[in-house]
Amino acid sequence: MPIAIEMPKLTDTMEEGILVEWSVEEGDKVSAGDVIALVETDKATMDVEAYDDGVLLKKVANTGDALPLGGLIAVLGDAGEDIAELLKEYQSNGVDSSSTPDSSNEAPPAVVQAATHQPAASPQESSSTNGRTKASPLAKRMATDHGLKLVDVMGSGPSGRIIKRDIQAEIDRTHVLKPSLPSPQVPVSAERGYESIRISSMRKTIARRLAESKDTSPHFYLNADVDVGALIAQRQTVNEYLEKSSGFKVSFNDFITKACASGLIMHPDVNVTYASEDGVIHRYNYVDVGIAVAIDDGLVTPVVRDAHLKSVSTIGLEIQALATRARDKQLDLSEMEGSTFTTSNLGMFGIESFTAIINPPNACILAIGSIRDVPVVEDGAVVAGKRMKLTLSCDHRVVDGAVGARFMSTLKELLENPVSLLL
Amino acid sequence: MAELQLREAIRAAMVEEMDRDEDIFLMGEEVAEYNGAYKVSEGMRERYGERRVIDTPISENGFAGLGLGAAMNGLRPIIEFMTWNFAFVAIDQIINNAAKIRYMSGGQFSFPIVFRGPNGAAGQLAATHNTSVEALYSCFPGLKVISISNPDDAKGLLKSAIRDDDPVVFLESEFMYGMRGEVSEAEDYTIPIGKARIAREGDAVTIIGHNKSYWRALEAADMLAKDGYAAEVIDPRTIRPFDWDTVIHSVKKTNRCVIVDESNPFASVASEVAFQIQARAFDDLDAPVHRVTAKDTPAPYAKSLIEYYMPSAEDVYHACRQVMYLN
Repeated sequence: MPIAIEMPKLTDTMEEGILVEWSVEEGDKVSAGDVIALVETDKATMDVEAYDDGVLLKKVANTGDALPLGGLIAVLGDAGEDIAELLKEYQSNGVDSSSTPDSSNEAPPAVVQAATHQPAASPQESSSTNGRTKASPLAKRMATDHGLKLVDVMGSGPSGRIIKRDIQAEIDRTHVLKPSLPSPQVPVSAERGYESIRISSMRKTIARRLAESKDTSPHFYLNADVDVGALIAQRQTVNEYLEKSSGFKVSFNDFITKACASGLIMHPDVNVTYASEDGVIHRYNYVDVGIAVAIDDGLVTPVVRDAHLKSVSTIGLEIQALATRARDKQLDLSEMEGSTFTTSNLGMFGIESFTAIINPPNACILAIGSIRDVPVVEDGAVVAGKRMKLTLSCDHRVVDGAVGARFMSTLKELLENPVSLLL
Repeated sequence: MAELQLREAIRAAMVEEMDRDEDIFLMGEEVAEYNGAYKVSEGMRERYGERRVIDTPISENGFAGLGLGAAMNGLRPIIEFMTWNFAFVAIDQIINNAAKIRYMSGGQFSFPIVFRGPNGAAGQLAATHNTSVEALYSCFPGLKVISISNPDDAKGLLKSAIRDDDPVVFLESEFMYGMRGEVSEAEDYTIPIGKARIAREGDAVTIIGHNKSYWRALEAADMLAKDGYAAEVIDPRTIRPFDWDTVIHSVKKTNRCVIVDESNPFASVASEVAFQIQARAFDDLDAPVHRVTAKDTPAPYAKSLIEYYMPSAEDVYHACRQVMYLN
């Protein structure tokens, strides 16, 4: 009996998966536990494993296809086995990879089109045989460097292999569409119009989670303007020492992360999540801080575990490593889950202050602005000062104004007396 | 610069070094009375006498071993094999003694010795006299292997080989002994062992060739130039130690590579170079590394067959067009 390999539920929140790469070819022997394919979920790229032994009889889905949960990826069985009936079954059920995911009402037309099985003389098809996109190592690297998707490129090498000149042509083409520097001159040759950019799994997740957050948790905001003169001096002292001993430097963000962790231990009522379905509020005795990191096509929030127990430099090293891995899309799902609090820093873009949307299931998020030179009044005289605006977004279902304000007051005090963060 | 034949350049290197150092002597079949089977050592017997230019019986295993014994005792022998095909009977001396005794004796004995002679195919000499040995000797750590393509490199590298305190396998070519080329007249001219030469710069494809294969590479580059493509041609000159940096740097620029090697293909120098390129420049490759070698058979005798058997410039040209996706 042929066995269907279906799109599994690889994350709690996954609704569909995009087939990124095949790990086996049709006709290959497969043992239970072998990786069949790589699938991009809403959170990470993950392995799909076989549960049975057999021969891979047919790859039903193509690379690039978005399949709903339960969508047919491939068929496993004994060599030569008839699979027509099984395929028919899936087609009539309407859950094979070419159908619109019926659990979702947001299936964009582009996704459905990419998932059709009709062989077509489209660029997507030409370089793929058996669902695998052939490209030279250099072409792959160039595509990654320029943020191009290989499936969008027509291969001109043998068997449709995508080679350097194909990528170069694509770069030249997209370069015309998107000049790298903002220019007031409209390119004469470009026609008016718009591009249709396929919504990535990550973009869908961001859209869904943040809309859900704003819909369900009533946000209110607390602002504080922190005197960071002492923090600047403290950081310089610390970095002079660190640079000599290890060549590493800590950032303002590392100090702020540490301050948040210390403050949250002192104000556990802010370090909570609202578990409405269980009728409880979870109050944590540890602080895991999620750090919002912008990556090429979205953002992720890798988590610094037990930040309250770690030194500023340890936190700095961890954030640096996590951010690098985030940009390289190397993060495991487990590294992005389970934060109790999140920070988002746009100071490096010169943003004075902003309000952030709470990252569920957290109760609060801290938005960090830039450090500004401001005139301040000290002892009746105007002098030069350094200030930074912090904005705490709170979920009023669990955190009340005074609770949040007490935390912000502590945070301000810690940052204005930064030696406290080194103790 | 002086224009010399390859044989004259080799002789000039030996003469300059033997003038400089009395411990150096030349030994081999027909090197003295007959002035050398290929006239490489012409006049040397007269110049240095029979104590330093020594004819041997047909006994490669014997005189290779004799040379090694002399080297162990402080002399600096140059052992000429009439061709490297004849060195197979001396191979234990070269592989087990020359290559390994310094290691096994903890550095107590070194072998400042050069084994030299013509290597590879030389026309209608049939299977047993057409062997390329560079891959074989390159298998054994402890040996340095040099393969030259022109008179200038021959002189500069042979002088370095004679001065080197390790055993050197120095590969020449019957076909090239009469080849003329400019040779530096700089006083005490040496070329360092382990440095490749970029013979021609280009960005379209890297072609690597040593010894006779270097000339096939150059001819193919000329053909590509007519098509409007600038090939980069590299002569590694030293097979061991190999100058990976130069090759990898070039491949990172051109993104493709063809290796020309007149050896049989299996486990050849081309195999190792291709392996190293894919390991060190994988993400810079736009096409699989290609090689052009002799066919995977013993060398044939018939003229038409030996021509087909050997790598030709056309073969190299077509391989280049293939990795450039022009076919």
